[in-house]
Amino acid sequence: MSVELDVFVGNTTIMDEEVYQLWLDGYTVNDAVKVRMEGGVMDECEASKDVLLSDTMDQYRTFQMCERLLHSPAKLANQLLFQIPPHRQIMLIERYYAFDDTFVREVLGKKLSKGTKKDLDDISAKTSVTLKSCRRQFDNFKRVFKVVEELKGPLVENIRQHFLLSDKLARDYAAIVFFANNRFETGKRKLQYLSFQDFAFCAGQLISNWTVGAVDNMVEDMDVDLDKEFLQELKELKILITDKDLLDQHKSLVCTALRGKTKVFIEMEGSFKNLSRGLINIAAKLTNTKDVRDFFIDLVEKFIEPCRSDRWSAADMKLYLTHYTNSAHILDTFKHQVVWDRYMGVVKSCIFKMYHD
Amino acid sequence: MPGKLKAKIVAGRHLPVMDRASDLTDAFVEVKFGNTTFKTDVCPKSLNPQWNSEWFKFEVDDEDLQDEPLQITVLDHDTYSANDAIGKVYIDIDPLLYSEAASVISGWFPIYDTIHGIRGEINVIVKVELFNDLNRFRQSSCGVKFFCTTCIPQCYRATLVHGFVEELVVNEDPEYQWIDRIRTPRASNEARQRLISLMSGELQRKIGLKVLEMGGNAVVGYLQCFDLEGESGLVVRAIGTACTLDKLSSGSAPNTNTHMHPNTAPASNACNSPSKDGKESPLAHGCRSTHNSPVHSVCSSQRLSQNFSVSVPTLIFTGMGSGGSAGKEAGPLRTLLRQQTQTALEQREFPFFTLTSFPPGFLLHVGGVVSARSVKLLDRIHNPALGNTRSYKLLDWNSVTADEPETRDAWWEEIRQEIKSHARALGCHAVVGYSESTSICEEVCILSASGTAAILNPRYMREGCLDIGCTDHRFEEPSPPNCGFCHIPYDELNMPFPAQLTYCYHCRRQKVPDVLFTTIDLPSEAAVAGKGCLIQARLCRLKKKAQGEANATAISNLLPFMEYELHTQLMNKLKLRSMNALFGLHIQISVGENMLLGLASATGVYLTALPAPGGIQIAGKTPGDLSSEHISSIQKRINDTIAVNKELYQINPPELAEEGVGSPIPEPRHRSRLFRSHSESSDELSELDLSHGKKDAFVLEIDDTDAVEDIHSLLIDAPPPTGFYSCNTENMPGISNWTSGVQMFTSVRVLRLSNANLTNQGLNKIFTDLCENLLKSFYFKLRSMIPCCLCHLNFTVAVPEEELIQVTVTAVAMTYDKEQTQEKTAEKPVNKGSLEAEEQLQFPLELCADSSSSNIQTASKISGVGESTNMSPRAASVDYGSFADRCSTWLELLRLKAHTIRRGSVKTISSLERCSPLQEGRSRSLRSSRSFGGSSVTVVKMTPLSFLPGTRIIKYLGIINMFFIRETTSLREEGGVSGFLHSFIAEVFAMVRAHVAALGGNAVVSYSMKECVFMENPNKNQAQCLINVSGDAVICISETDQESSASTANTGQTGGSETDGAT
Repeated sequence: MSVELDVFVGNTTIMDEEVYQLWLDGYTVNDAVKVRMEGGVMDECEASKDVLLSDTMDQYRTFQMCERLLHSPAKLANQLLFQIPPHRQIMLIERYYAFDDTFVREVLGKKLSKGTKKDLDDISAKTSVTLKSCRRQFDNFKRVFKVVEELKGPLVENIRQHFLLSDKLARDYAAIVFFANNRFETGKRKLQYLSFQDFAFCAGQLISNWTVGAVDNMVEDMDVDLDKEFLQELKELKILITDKDLLDQHKSLVCTALRGKTKVFIEMEGSFKNLSRGLINIAAKLTNTKDVRDFFIDLVEKFIEPCRSDRWSAADMKLYLTHYTNSAHILDTFKHQVVWDRYMGVVKSCIFKMYHD
Repeated sequence: MPGKLKAKIVAGRHLPVMDRASDLTDAFVEVKFGNTTFKTDVCPKSLNPQWNSEWFKFEVDDEDLQDEPLQITVLDHDTYSANDAIGKVYIDIDPLLYSEAASVISGWFPIYDTIHGIRGEINVIVKVELFNDLNRFRQSSCGVKFFCTTCIPQCYRATLVHGFVEELVVNEDPEYQWIDRIRTPRASNEARQRLISLMSGELQRKIGLKVLEMGGNAVVGYLQCFDLEGESGLVVRAIGTACTLDKLSSGSAPNTNTHMHPNTAPASNACNSPSKDGKESPLAHGCRSTHNSPVHSVCSSQRLSQNFSVSVPTLIFTGMGSGGSAGKEAGPLRTLLRQQTQTALEQREFPFFTLTSFPPGFLLHVGGVVSARSVKLLDRIHNPALGNTRSYKLLDWNSVTADEPETRDAWWEEIRQEIKSHARALGCHAVVGYSESTSICEEVCILSASGTAAILNPRYMREGCLDIGCTDHRFEEPSPPNCGFCHIPYDELNMPFPAQLTYCYHCRRQKVPDVLFTTIDLPSEAAVAGKGCLIQARLCRLKKKAQGEANATAISNLLPFMEYELHTQLMNKLKLRSMNALFGLHIQISVGENMLLGLASATGVYLTALPAPGGIQIAGKTPGDLSSEHISSIQKRINDTIAVNKELYQINPPELAEEGVGSPIPEPRHRSRLFRSHSESSDELSELDLSHGKKDAFVLEIDDTDAVEDIHSLLIDAPPPTGFYSCNTENMPGISNWTSGVQMFTSVRVLRLSNANLTNQGLNKIFTDLCENLLKSFYFKLRSMIPCCLCHLNFTVAVPEEELIQVTVTAVAMTYDKEQTQEKTAEKPVNKGSLEAEEQLQFPLELCADSSSSNIQTASKISGVGESTNMSPRAASVDYGSFADRCSTWLELLRLKAHTIRRGSVKTISSLERCSPLQEGRSRSLRSSRSFGGSSVTVVKMTPLSFLPGTRIIKYLGIINMFFIRETTSLREEGGVSGFLHSFIAEVFAMVRAHVAALGGNAVVSYSMKECVFMENPNKNQAQCLINVSGDAVICISETDQESSASTANTGQTGGSETDGAT
């Protein structure tokens, strides 16, 4: 005796958020039933294991049928097959496009290609996110990437409108797309301590200040590609380290301002020239795609690590960078104030975000 | 040319990719009606084509308009090879043919293909221009309205109920045509869909003609069924109740349930002419033939000789009986009345009504359930002439299949005659809640019909008399409406079988049976105690495989035993729940190759007019049995279960309640005491009976292990978990304060019996578990809706193959307000008291009428009380209940009432209750959800009930009757059988919703899935399913919308009366 067929279809599609999450997390039906049993849902309605199994199967089938629609969320609103209340639709989409920070950290900045997809089982093993879930997340990244690639206008707004995502999630996706497009290196050991949210913040900064879109908002790929002209102009900043007078002048201005305000003043004074060279060199090299990729590793190696070894606190760091940026304005012979601000504004906030353990 | 049909193809969207190379589609559309076809231009390389075509015009007879659907085929243009069909849309244009229904069909329709399911959508506009045709001999019946609803539809008033209409049409099943061998299954299935669409159109037209002949303008309770007889053909048959309906002007009625509160018209227009003979009345028109024999033998054994058939002796379920007390008070009047009705009804061949609920006063007495079954052998005669029919146009049965419909007609005629004679044996002249069904396995077919024998008020049979409410009813009929229908309809001394009669516990004037079984809904005015619950009896019987006549004989030998056992089970389960009446009883017997399945479902209820049910006694076969200890332990379990159930369903003995009232009016008290003495004596009587009567249904003898098993299985039925109730009727006895949560669902489960040598007992257990587990699954799935009630639980069983059992369930879960229910229960004694005291009668009544926020004046002086006590489907009692907060006693309530009358308005208080935060919150959330997302899809609610809680229907747009076939040759890829059926059912819902939305509607009421035939062949990776659904498309609007505006208008006053209430 066996149940050959068992379906339950509601006029309004019934979806349990807990089961949806289990499905998204890639649990098999049997595993999901186990989790639900442990969760105590059985007590709620005097249910038995069979009831739970049947319910889980029904829901899994429903989700599988919905999945096609979730790939282009706009369709979910005007499809006729499932009658789903609007707030439920939003929940479905939001959860479907949600991702695990540990997983995204692994693929951030990698090319969203078949090659990467083949490595997903390694990533799955490493992050203990199920392979199924990894695939869904990876395909989501790829799908969003493909769609916004061809669109004009602001990246975040495009993602939000096309995939009906919340602002927060749209921003995260923008970061993922931005990283994938510019192939920023994030996997090096030295960068391991940084979370996805750290990078997402930096991406947001880069997108809103360094891309083409920051100056002109009707260009294709405006938010994905860095502003080439700007990168070219960054070379001009080299004068701050090549001109000895300027370098000394800058140092003395900064030191005057810092004196007595921090415990690590001596260290700051000692390493000023090194640090300044580090930051300016990063700026000057950004015309090379290769160096763009290494932007974050360079920031860590050239700036964050030296400071950390000198035991600067986060407050010290803030103080130092503020004065470092502002003092440049007082230098008479330094003419590239606009570029300097555009560069340092982003670098400063990135470093603030990245300066932690 | 009496009609012009116009269609315009606007656009498509979400089309499938038909050209792999470009990932696009070159789509165009063919629009076909009758033999005329138009085409749109090809819209190249688009998945969202914009055709924006001209208006395609078809000039056609209205006969064709009724029969034919508009066929829309979407194709992919291919320059080099044949164009590929993407899919089709069939649009039934019938709704455009009534003047009051939809005027245009416009919207997105899913494009459906039998293999691929839904493939995108197409936007179509359809209009009809009808020219008046006064041709007397016309074949069309445009303008006759059809309703699936089995009560008088909201926003209509029945001026006349004409009676039974039936028709059937027969055709070759395309699936079994010779051409099937050379065409694809897909073509065959499409032919089948098209044919059935045509046949149901024709059937509806023919029924419409009969209605026009009778002088009616509508069919209510329209029930259409298919019999897939296999090689012998395809039968489409329908029954319904012809009525003359008047539309209530929309301005006058925020009153949703007019038929329950009819306006009191001057009593003078009552049926003041008892002399008016039924023969003069227009109902005589309804007779199909002149055949009008006054006497029918109970068991007509003479059968058609050409077909093998077996008559099954039918049990008549009920406690039933006599109007022994008829002569007591209003004897002569009543007799006269009855005679009159009798003659009126005898004019018709079949005084049957497919309705299950009636305007108050319509139903006078209920006798009990009558049913008849007959086993038939489908003839294999295959007319060779038919083989040539390649076109799917309907065959002309006057020539080729001449005897086919006649044979089927004759079969049903037999059955109906039998039903009629059963009803007569119960002293009744009519059958209400009537339905017919079949079960087919190979060449054996069981025809079943069942209904409830009843005596009806003749007023509704005559023209122009329907305006009256129940006021005058009292003078003719001494029995109050909340118990009158329980009174036995016939002679006490001449009962067809033994039943225990007692005086009615309500009015103490007339006799009632100890239990009452019916197929109808609980009358709205009936007095009940506590809540109702779903009661099911389930039974499996193995039978030997056999062929032909031997098989039919075997089946017909088994049937009476099955009926008897189902009846016993029902009775025992009823007692176990401490209830005394069953409503909505539906017994299905399904035949398979090696077994018969029986499933009886009904809603149990405690009618306060009927005596309290005795317990169940367990008795050993021999007194000195060793197992006496065992017996007493079982007895204890049973007694415990009864006690638990009493509490669960809140059944408080009504005697207690009566005494608790302390009626303030001396005269009634006097009277009630008088009656109590009656009741005491009758109680003694029944006790006596109990001790003597080993023959009673509720004394169970344990004589062997089987009996023990049976008792165990009785106790297996788990009560629904806390927060859930269930019933299979329109109304849930004891719950009326619905909130807006509605979830209609369909569930299908198929069980494979792998164990080859199963016993009857084992099978019973499996079948019972299957049903119980289904219920448990529903409770679990719908737990978020608690407190909630599963209404109209409709179980259908089938044996699709040897060793397979299929159960299909359609039902609706509705949320209700728990707190108010409890208040209401607390208040019950107060209401009951008021029944006794006629002078008090008006108080609660006016409260009730006023609070229903409508313009109904205190119309239903008599029936209103009953409604407020129990069954009014909606808000009325909600408000009433809320008074209980402030008025803890009956007297205080009276004082308040007197007070408020002096001050002015009660109305405002009730409207204050109505705009309570809860309601506001709900409407707010509704509004916000509407603005959310900006979806272009109309939300279409579906329910098997005739109403949607919290809304009122302002327009009926026409009947929805759709038939789909889905097939697959890649079963595994589609997720196996479950995946396949899951998506098919979802698709069917989607198509129903789309059609309703295109008609301009936002809901389907009286929805039912009448057929769900599933066949699979896993070895070939194939499956096929056939689904038929129907319902009424309606526009309904939220009641709260109106109320909130009304209540804001009243706010000023409200404050004042509120303080009054507090003093």
